[in-house]
Amino acid sequence: MELLAFGDTGWGDELFYATLMTIAVSITAMLIGFLFALIFTPLKLSKYKSLNLIGNFYTTVIRGVPELLVIYLFFFGGSGAIMFVASMFGYYEYIEINAFITGSFAIGIISGAYSTEVFRGAIQSIDKGQFEASKVLGIKKYIQFYKIILPQMLRLAIPNLSNVWQITLKDTSLISVTGLVEIMRQSYIAAGSTRDPLFFYSFAAVLYLLLTFLSMKLINRLEIKYSRGF
Amino acid sequence: MDLELMINSFPKLLNASVITIKLLSLSLFFGLFIGLFFAVMRMSKNIIFNKFAYGYSYLFRGTPLLVQIFIIYFGFGQIEFIRNSFLWIILKEPYWCAIIAFALNTGAYTSEILRSAFQTIKKGYIEAGKSLGISSKIIFYKIQIPIAIRQSLPAYGNEIILMLKGTSLASTVTLMDLTGVAKYIISTTFKPIEVFIVAGSIYLFMTFIIHNLIKFLERKYNY
Repeated sequence: MELLAFGDTGWGDELFYATLMTIAVSITAMLIGFLFALIFTPLKLSKYKSLNLIGNFYTTVIRGVPELLVIYLFFFGGSGAIMFVASMFGYYEYIEINAFITGSFAIGIISGAYSTEVFRGAIQSIDKGQFEASKVLGIKKYIQFYKIILPQMLRLAIPNLSNVWQITLKDTSLISVTGLVEIMRQSYIAAGSTRDPLFFYSFAAVLYLLLTFLSMKLINRLEIKYSRGF
Repeated sequence: MDLELMINSFPKLLNASVITIKLLSLSLFFGLFIGLFFAVMRMSKNIIFNKFAYGYSYLFRGTPLLVQIFIIYFGFGQIEFIRNSFLWIILKEPYWCAIIAFALNTGAYTSEILRSAFQTIKKGYIEAGKSLGISSKIIFYKIQIPIAIRQSLPAYGNEIILMLKGTSLASTVTLMDLTGVAKYIISTTFKPIEVFIVAGSIYLFMTFIIHNLIKFLERKYNY
């Protein structure tokens, strides 16, 4: 227990901030994933074969390649890509991007592929009559989406999105290889300096369990809220 | 694009994927038994067995695979008792530590897949077997297991692909699998995109084969 004391003597406060970092990265990645899903879901549902191909390429590649490989691509390639763009504007100094941004972007792209599949499935399982009825009633396209399709879609999507959230939360542990101080990295540092890896990694496992448990409780509430009337 | 690097790194990466395949097949093999064991336990009426199996699957599905590997590889070496026992012969090797972690992890997911497959078996099949006077042991082995296997094929196919991606974590405990070698080449040449394309294609090719194999099995055992 001494090892977990807050302040200079223990690792309690460090691990606390690391947990906050894990939460922050997970939420950012999830939101970035939603942005990607917003782009790629319409592509996958589009009538045009070429757009379908782009959407399918994204989800197939990301879901078929290990997360760690994607993270390495961003970790080693991210600053290179930015420096390349900067060099076109005549800036040749070394640019280092923040590990938080690279990490949440890499995880975000992965989480986006899963979210895209969830949204696609949810939209496809909405009854065709709903689209047709709103068309017949002369409801405008965007109102149709916001007021009719989206609420029904969310109800169907929330259980699967909670799976995506769990995957995203667990994937953030992989960002530790880039040096971002989240739960895994902090445990690694603590384990290295106290030579007590068993304790710190087990404690990390407990923290992750706590996070998954609490987020499940929260999501269940959302689920109840969105399935009112069913 | 550095085509030369891509061509040069291809044989090295292909060589490394042998380790990836070994890790995958061994952990799936052990994981299947662990999964079956816990699925049966989960369905038992004994509340202690039931809760234990539930706790096991909750623990392994609620924590990242990376934590599990680190606990087994770095953590267990710390316990004096393990270091002095025969277990140390296995646990000092990162290769076996990775396999143990993967097998336990995939076992947890497999147990959930199998459990839901067992639960969807129609009661009529079991009742029919009983009324024919077949002993419950034989009903389990000859009726329930074959149906459950067929039911769980699609979900298990996904699990195999997830596990294939999971084996990449072996590179964090010094194993030179496909991702490990890819990382090594990236960090020595600083050409991440080229290496990513080659290594990613090898992974995608393996995913493609697994996907089709499962589809083939699904068609074969369709009823």
